[in-house]
Amino acid sequence: MTAIAEGTVRPVAAEHVSRAAGESRPIRYLVGAVCVAVSTVMLAPIVLGFLASIKPAADARQSPPTYLPHALSLENYFKVFEFQAGLWTYLSNSLLVAALTIVICLALAVPAGYGLARFKIPFKEVWFIILLAPLMIPYQALLTPLYLTFSKAGLANSHLGLAMVHTILQLPFSIYMMRNAFESIPRELEEAAKVDGSSSWQTLRSIFLPLAVPGIVTVGLFAFIASWNEFLSALIFMNKETSFTVPIMLVSVRAGRLGSVDWGALQAGVIIAILPCVLIYLLLQKYYVAGFLNGAVK
Amino acid sequence: MVRALRKSEGFLYVLPALAFVGFFVLWPLAQLIYLSLTDTSLLGGGKFIGFENYIKAFEDKSFWRALWFTLKYTVFITPILMGLGFALALLTAPNRPLQQITRGIVFLPVVIGIGSSSLLWFWLFDQQVGLFNKFLVDIGLLAEPAVWFTKADMALVAVTISITWKVIGFGMLLFVAGIQSINGEIGEAALIDGGNYWQRVWYIILPLSLRIILLTTLISVIGSMLAFDQFYIMTGGNPRGQTFTSVYWIYQNSFISFKLGYGAALSIILTLIILVFSSIQVFLSNRSPST
Repeated sequence: MTAIAEGTVRPVAAEHVSRAAGESRPIRYLVGAVCVAVSTVMLAPIVLGFLASIKPAADARQSPPTYLPHALSLENYFKVFEFQAGLWTYLSNSLLVAALTIVICLALAVPAGYGLARFKIPFKEVWFIILLAPLMIPYQALLTPLYLTFSKAGLANSHLGLAMVHTILQLPFSIYMMRNAFESIPRELEEAAKVDGSSSWQTLRSIFLPLAVPGIVTVGLFAFIASWNEFLSALIFMNKETSFTVPIMLVSVRAGRLGSVDWGALQAGVIIAILPCVLIYLLLQKYYVAGFLNGAVK
Repeated sequence: MVRALRKSEGFLYVLPALAFVGFFVLWPLAQLIYLSLTDTSLLGGGKFIGFENYIKAFEDKSFWRALWFTLKYTVFITPILMGLGFALALLTAPNRPLQQITRGIVFLPVVIGIGSSSLLWFWLFDQQVGLFNKFLVDIGLLAEPAVWFTKADMALVAVTISITWKVIGFGMLLFVAGIQSINGEIGEAALIDGGNYWQRVWYIILPLSLRIILLTTLISVIGSMLAFDQFYIMTGGNPRGQTFTSVYWIYQNSFISFKLGYGAALSIILTLIILVFSSIQVFLSNRSPST
């Protein structure tokens, strides 16, 4: 959790705040208590969801509910594993779409970022604005024409089709990140390569790519999380039971059989769905926060 | 121009991305505009009918109700997100271990899906098995577990609580970055001036954070105006269609009633509304070409 500070940290700042606040001991304790309270409130839904998911199914639908499980069971998880086409089908759908989204995003954004950062291009800023168009036009509005085109092209219910839609969402951010990443690499390195007689493509591969790895990781990370979590277009484009992604599977888990919600299985599903995002966030927080602060408002 | 571009090596690198945007964003946009002028449905049709869909949209009470509800949701949740986000940023801006951990925890829900978080809260709010309800009863705020999703206002509050939990870390982290850069630059001067903490917040931190607050507000407003997942999952548009948002109503028309042409007209109207906000956002951020 410390990395979230490293992206933004300015060691001086902390002192200033504390000294300027003229913090006496009681105030420090109060601030500490508020922090603990806030953290508890924020963690509670996930922790309670997890605790419900490891209750036996009967306990999970018991009313009134209990905060803590009285007995432990993996029953709910087994149910999700065997849900309809099987959890593995849905996980692999989601993973494949996310992987394709990452690949397409990088395949488009790395060259585009390189071109924008390192070359004189006539009307460069016009092209840049066009590349940012998806920021101005909500993708929600484009789903109908895309759906019609994809149906004709056989891309409905296809992983590739959904990945294309997810790429629309992520492309402006990805290009913006890669452009910044390439702009921050010193000119001298490029000059040296030119003297060696390398083509621009070779320079990109041998010099720029290795130095742009943090940017690439950030782009991939955001593409994964956006794709893994995206709901509306998955709902529209993946309408066959076997092509559902995990978020759509969760909605069907809730719909359950005979109209009654299987609460334990639903919470097990939710925990499975959020686990990859939470793990990635904890492991790659540095990249995530850097990308977040660069992309969102700068 | 074409010749200059052909000679430009850099343009070749940008071309694939441009082609993608052309094919997957600009071309569909053109198709959308055309569709909105036809009576296309998933079942057939496709006759050119001019502006009939738009006229219908202006007379469609359900559409106005959805738009109005979306606006109400946006006006309701935005001040909460910004105010609470800024308060949490002030709390966690100092880089002490406890504050850093708190910051990390508050941000955590931002990375999980709105689908997952909505289902989590749908369960927490349930009258029979919901622990949030139980908690409210246990601390004496409610006499008995409430039914949250049968009244539109209650449903709005429930969705707002769940989304606030989900996205509050977004604004917080941006504000923390803003506050820290202010403290780094101005801190010294402010210290010499004296003044207590709240004066510093009011006279220094808040005014200097205005740009970032405005940008975050815009991002948040756009997000709320396009809300779909949370209402689809938590309310299903109910009770009696009172909690349909604009996007939800467009989805409903296009993919449930198969009125694609009409849905396209509604999409265009929504796009124009969003365009106002997103242009200001792009203009305010450094992404604009002048910088």
